[in-house]
Amino acid sequence: MGKRVGMEVAIAVAEAVGLCDIDMAAVYPITPQSHIAEHLSDLVANGEIDAEFVTVESEHSAMSAVIGASGAGARAFTATSSQGLMLMHELLPIASAMRLPICMAIANRAISGPLNILNDHTDIMPQRDSGWISMFVENGQEAIDMSIIAFKIAEHKDVMLPVNVNIDGFQLTHMVEPFEMPTQEEVNQFLPPFVPHATLHPAKPVTMGAFAMSDYFAEIMKAKDEALKNSKKVILEVWSEWAKLFGRSYKPVETYKSEDAEILMLTMGSMGETAQMAIDELRDKGIKAGLVKLRLWRPFPFEELKAAVKNAKKLIVTDRAISFGGPGGPVFSEIKSALYAENQRPLIYNYIYGLGGRDIPVPEFVGMFEKVLADKTGQLVDSYEFWGVRE
Amino acid sequence: MALKTWKELPIGCVVSEPGSASEYHTGSWRSQRPVWNDAKCIKCGICYVFCPEGCVQQGEDGFFRANLDYCKGCGICAHECWPKAIEMVEEE
Repeated sequence: MGKRVGMEVAIAVAEAVGLCDIDMAAVYPITPQSHIAEHLSDLVANGEIDAEFVTVESEHSAMSAVIGASGAGARAFTATSSQGLMLMHELLPIASAMRLPICMAIANRAISGPLNILNDHTDIMPQRDSGWISMFVENGQEAIDMSIIAFKIAEHKDVMLPVNVNIDGFQLTHMVEPFEMPTQEEVNQFLPPFVPHATLHPAKPVTMGAFAMSDYFAEIMKAKDEALKNSKKVILEVWSEWAKLFGRSYKPVETYKSEDAEILMLTMGSMGETAQMAIDELRDKGIKAGLVKLRLWRPFPFEELKAAVKNAKKLIVTDRAISFGGPGGPVFSEIKSALYAENQRPLIYNYIYGLGGRDIPVPEFVGMFEKVLADKTGQLVDSYEFWGVRE
Repeated sequence: MALKTWKELPIGCVVSEPGSASEYHTGSWRSQRPVWNDAKCIKCGICYVFCPEGCVQQGEDGFFRANLDYCKGCGICAHECWPKAIEMVEEE
């Protein structure tokens, strides 16, 4: 078993990545990700891990560098946040199209403007369609576990896709939490060496990222979509293997007291733990409330989501981002679309909350439930509201 | 060359055969082709130098022609040719 330690989550993520025998990392520091960059560069500088730490002048360069390194056959890692992720944006679909198994930690932070350094999901949502496997973690232990698991999923021969692990900035990255840190031997046992599908080597010249016109472009997009959809099978396998080795199991959709729940809430990321406390309070009051937590964002777990919500009468989808002038939050829009063809589905409500680091304590979650329970005529169904915004 | 289906594409569309770009005949994009008037040509080779495709070749007689498998019809050769020996002619 791993060692029980207390550590800041960002530092622990760097430690966990350090256990993964990475060949290179190119990380440009940005709040609240900086501690990952700093600690990883310490590990390299101190000779604790045998890897190249490439200092780059921007996140665009960081992503370019890991794409190049991964193409050359290196196990490559990067991490970013907010504006840094926005600067990487144009390269993200290229990494996935080239099927390079890069792993990236994202310390989720609001995007400008106005400038804000605190946590929400407005940075990852515009990256949704980049063709990356994308998952959200709820606490420090999950952040560590997923940082290691990400490499195994990404590099599986049937996947070969980049993975991003979303870790709420500050709310998680800067928390000091107790957790089990796997040992080097355990990670070695879990994570085999990286076998690339192709490498850039003078002895066997190949072209990566070649040009394609209308005669091939659609076929390439279809192949990428299939690859991402098919990755779910491997994700489930790898999570199950992790559970056997480490005793911590993960599912694409986690549920809490949802079995007999009449009203459900759906969260992504660190807010899940607070919402869970709200569920307990509501249950104490005799309200059949439950929680659904979405861990896997891409590939989207349609079957698991449908199974988790099918018996509920009402479903409150929470979003930490907004599609301006659109249908509400991006998660809301996704959930509605996923359930559209179901004969039996809950009434769906949407609250946009926790923007730019706004704290949402337990009574706020209880308040959302109470407001939806009071909506007898259904006038709030399918609408969205900025929760707690001053009128 | 039969086009591959999406299932037949190599992972990441890696091209494993060096130099295979020459199999792609970009000449099909062309709407105009360059025609040399050898009576005006002074064999200076500026067309050869400026062709961005590298498809202008000098024959044994010293005159120049474009390889129409690759010539996209950009007209740079005709623009640069100062004795005005190259005319761009509409493709049928």
